[in-house]
Formats: sequence, C-alpha cells, structure tokens
Amino acid sequence: MSTATGARLVDFDDALTRYEPVIGLETHVELGTASKMFCGCATTFGAEPNTQTCPVCLGLPGSLPVANAAALEATIRIGLALGCRIATWSRFARKNYFYPDIPKGYQISQYDEPLCTAGHLDVEVDGETYRVEIERVHLEEDTGKNLHVGGSTGRIHGAEYSAVDFNRAGIPLVEIVTRPIPGAGAKAPEVARAYVTELREILLALGVSEVRMEQGNLRSDVNTSLAPIGSLEWGTRTETKNVNSLRAVERAVRHEIRRQAGVLDGGGRVLQETRHFHEDTGSTSPGRSKEEATDYRYFPEPDLVPVAPDAEWVEKLAAELPELPAARRARLQEEWGLSATEMAWIANAGAVDLVAGTVAAGASPADARKWWLGELARRANDAGVELAELPVTPRQVAELTALVAAGTVNDQLARQALDGVLAGEGDPARVVEARGLAVMGESDELVAAVEAAIAGAPDVVAKVQGGKVQALGALVGAVMKTTRGKADAATVKRMLEERVLGG
Amino acid sequence: MSTPSPKEAPGRQGSAGLGRQDVAHLAHLARLALTDEELDHFAGQLSAVLDAVAQVGKADVADVPPTTHAVPLTNVARPDVVEPSLPRDVVLAEAPAAEDGRFRVPQILGDEE
Ligand SMILES: [Zn+2]
Repeated sequence: MSTATGARLVDFDDALTRYEPVIGLETHVELGTASKMFCGCATTFGAEPNTQTCPVCLGLPGSLPVANAAALEATIRIGLALGCRIATWSRFARKNYFYPDIPKGYQISQYDEPLCTAGHLDVEVDGETYRVEIERVHLEEDTGKNLHVGGSTGRIHGAEYSAVDFNRAGIPLVEIVTRPIPGAGAKAPEVARAYVTELREILLALGVSEVRMEQGNLRSDVNTSLAPIGSLEWGTRTETKNVNSLRAVERAVRHEIRRQAGVLDGGGRVLQETRHFHEDTGSTSPGRSKEEATDYRYFPEPDLVPVAPDAEWVEKLAAELPELPAARRARLQEEWGLSATEMAWIANAGAVDLVAGTVAAGASPADARKWWLGELARRANDAGVELAELPVTPRQVAELTALVAAGTVNDQLARQALDGVLAGEGDPARVVEARGLAVMGESDELVAAVEAAIAGAPDVVAKVQGGKVQALGALVGAVMKTTRGKADAATVKRMLEERVLGG
Repeated sequence: MSTPSPKEAPGRQGSAGLGRQDVAHLAHLARLALTDEELDHFAGQLSAVLDAVAQVGKADVADVPPTTHAVPLTNVARPDVVEPSLPRDVVLAEAPAAEDGRFRVPQILGDEE
C-alpha cells in the first residue's frame, strides 16, 4: 500500500497558517427496513452469501422493481429531521456503469429530482456552532459485495479474481450530501467528525437505521480541498472513500490537509481524484482519477412511477418526528443542572443515553455523570471499547450509586464491586455480598484495628495530641490498610479522635 | 459534491451524428472491445438510429410536460414485507462460474472497489 508518494506531509498547524480547507461529506446510510428497496428479499446482515436474492435484485430480464413504502417514508423523515424541503415530485433514475457488484448494469438512484433538498445541520465543536448546509437527501439501492481472491491482502490490486455476494444488492440506501463547508479552518477535521456523529445520532433517534459503522450501515466519503488563505477560489478537491468510523472521518480530513499542503508547497497541483483511506496508517492513497470524468448517462427509471409526497402525509410525518438529539440534550442539560460544557463532555463520550438511563433508574445526575465519565470511561479506555460496550447496564450503575449513598460501600469498595459486575458476577448488591465488600460497622474487629493503630504509632499519637491534628491521617491510613479498605474512613477518623483526643 | 447539473442530462435534440470518438467512449463505458473497423461501422449505424429517433423532435410538445410514463400514476409502493428469496442453487445455476456460494467473476482491473 502506498502512502503519499512524492509529496511530503506538512505539519497540520503549519499547513493551516497558509491554507484554508473546505470540506464536504457524502454519507450513505443503509436503512433498517425488513425487505429490500425494490423487492421482498430480506436484509438480514451476515446471512450466507446469495441466500437473500431474487430476480429483481439479481437484475434478471423481465423482473420489475416496486418501491418499498417504508424506505420512502424513512427518507422523507430524514429530510424533515435535517430541515429539508420535501419535493412534491420526485423520480428515480438509472445510473449506468459496469461493475460486478451491480447486476443490472445500472444502479437505481435519484438524479435531478431527489426527495429532499436544502436542509441544514448545526454541529458544535469546542463551544462553537458550525452550520452544515445539506444539499440533498436521496434514495437509492446498495450494491453487492465483492470478495477479492488471490494476491496477498484480499485487496483488489493483485487479486486473481473476485467473488460476488448479492445479499446487499438492493438494500435501501439513503445518500446525504452536504454543501461545501468553508470557514472551519483548523477545526475542519473535528467539524467533519461532529457532523457524522450528529447525523448518526439523528438517524438513531429516528429509528431508520441501526447505523452500525462497523457493519457498513453508515459510510462517508469525505471531500477536502485547500486554497491559499485569502484566495477567492477554492482548490481542487479530493474525495476520500472507505471512511468507516467516526475517528477515521477526522483522520482522513487531517491527512488530506497535510498531504495537499505538501503538494501545493512543492509547486504541484492537487489532482481531482478518488482516494482510499487506510485505517492502519491513517493515510490515503489514490484511486480512480475523476479527470477522465465518469459518464453515468443518467435517465429516468422507466420501470418506476414518480413519487409525489402529498402535503398532508409530509405534515403528518413531520408532526410525528421524535425529539431530536440536540433538543433532547438541551432538555437534559437543564433537567440535570449542567453547564453546556459538562453536557458536551457527556455527548462527546457517547454517554447521553447511559447517563439518562442511570438517572431514570434512580441515580442523581451528578452521580451518574461521575461514574460514566470517570471510572467507567477509564475502564472503557483501558479495554479499548466504547462506553456502551462495557458489560454493565445503567440500572447496575444506579444500584452501585445507591449502595454508596446508603453507606453500604465506600467509593473504593464500590470500584471493587464494579470489577465483579464487569466480570459477570451479577448485580452490584450481589457482588458486594459474594465478595464481602460491605463497609465495616463499629465492630469488635474495627475497634481492634483502631486500637492496634494507636498502639503501633506512639509518635504519631504524640504529634496529634501536641496539636498536629492532621497527623491523624496516618492513623486512618493504617486502619484502612489493616481492614483492606473495608472500613468507612469517616467512622475510623471519629473513632480515632475519640481515643486519641478523648472526644 | 455530486450535484448533477441539468446540462449533463441525457436526451439529444435534433440530428445527432455520432463520431468515432463518441462510439469509442460508449464502447469503453460498456466495456466492449471494438476494432477500428467496428467503430466506423457502428458510428454509421448508430447515427442512422439517432437520426430516425430525432424525428420525434419535430412534434410540437410546447404544452406537454416532460414525462416518462404513458399512464399518470404516482406513488406506487409495496409494504415493507419480506417475501421468500430464490434458493441459492437456483440463483447460481446460471452463473458462468461460482465458488463458495458466490458468483465468480474475472479480475477487476484498474478500477476502484
Ligand atoms: Zn430480491
């Protein structure tokens, strides 16, 4: 795999002193319908190859497509959520090209009459709001999947032949295209990521797709161009494909800015081309050059009649939209009494649902936030997983906070209880019981530990009695050590004071 | 952005003589390998076909909205219900080559994944 051949990568901050980036995103979302876009085949992910195909999605002669009503509705709902104008008249078109994963020799897509146009999505990066204009939202069908056989890496280059699975062919695919986004400057990579993140949240809230990026439900192509600061014209853009994680969106823009700056610094010219993102190196490599412009010879799909959403239907769909993520965050921020920054941290950690679920299960917002953004975020980070993937539920976290609030466990014991929960030992109360983690009361055992600490450190006792009350901390520490953290520090301190200072 | 511009839209008006270059381009898009003689041959034939079709351009359609259907139907859709797919052995029976339940196709060269 080649990384930026020839041109050197310019330091990111350095590039931004001379160039202004303009980005744009084309995002494909596989809808979560039960059946395909134009036929009744199932859309189950991971099925045996070519077991979900029929004459329509295989493009056999004489077969006729019929549009999936749920997919039309989902597309309009996405458009409404993005503030788009919903077309009163819309058509499908054939996009003609030859490729083995396109069985008909064309993809049914939309061309000059998409379902939704002219929307916007506001995203926030470091306290600043960027408005991303949405150019269009249209509906099309997904392609099959090629498996490249031979060669060394399963990549298309060097492959001896390919094997095609058409299960994915014909799954409804919504394409969401932004207008060019200028003015983000050094924040361009983060704005790109924030846009895809927020779009994903909206799609989840709408329930139109599972949006699992690792399963390819959501795939972004990222356009990047650079122009000298102050230039009236934008530079030549590249389109980076295969950008299939939120982190990759940010890295792809960052890399293209550094690479293109290197090309321009060297007096070169950025080629208008498709580039491929490589997750392992964070770099891009050239694909097909767009300068031999692709000629798709679009024409209206004669086998499908126009879609003309009537106003009443669109109004009904608009009225039935769920609370959208931005509105929900604003509401929760108020309910939880947080600052905008605190709420942004929760959102950026992907913890809004988790914290909300924990609060709903009885925890205080402060405790819920503390656990998810503190101990649990640390564990997720150590394990290299997303917070939501940790094997602990919001209800269990709420139970943990309740045990702390009731004094059954202290913070340290609670963390040990969490170990047990994450290890699959059951709910927190059960782990506390099974592992014997409950805080010691003023038992004989604790009294003995306190007295042993006093007897073992006469010098410290003398200091405390001489007025250095803070020296008591050493004695508290000794007791906590002999009780292996199971004692309640406040109780221990009080018991020590009673004995040393004669309380 | 991939915004289509109307001027790219298909639909030639009037007489449309196809040159050799046009035919070569179309042949490339259709992945057809044509010899020089064939290019000349088809350029002549296709031009004749286009000229014949161009007769339609003589009709007065000033009051007729562009349409692709003879019937004024809109919003034909089916409910999102799964129906049985074809058995895989039937699907693959017509394939020139198959392997592990997939269609086996020749090397894909010089294009993108
Ligand atoms: Zn099918």
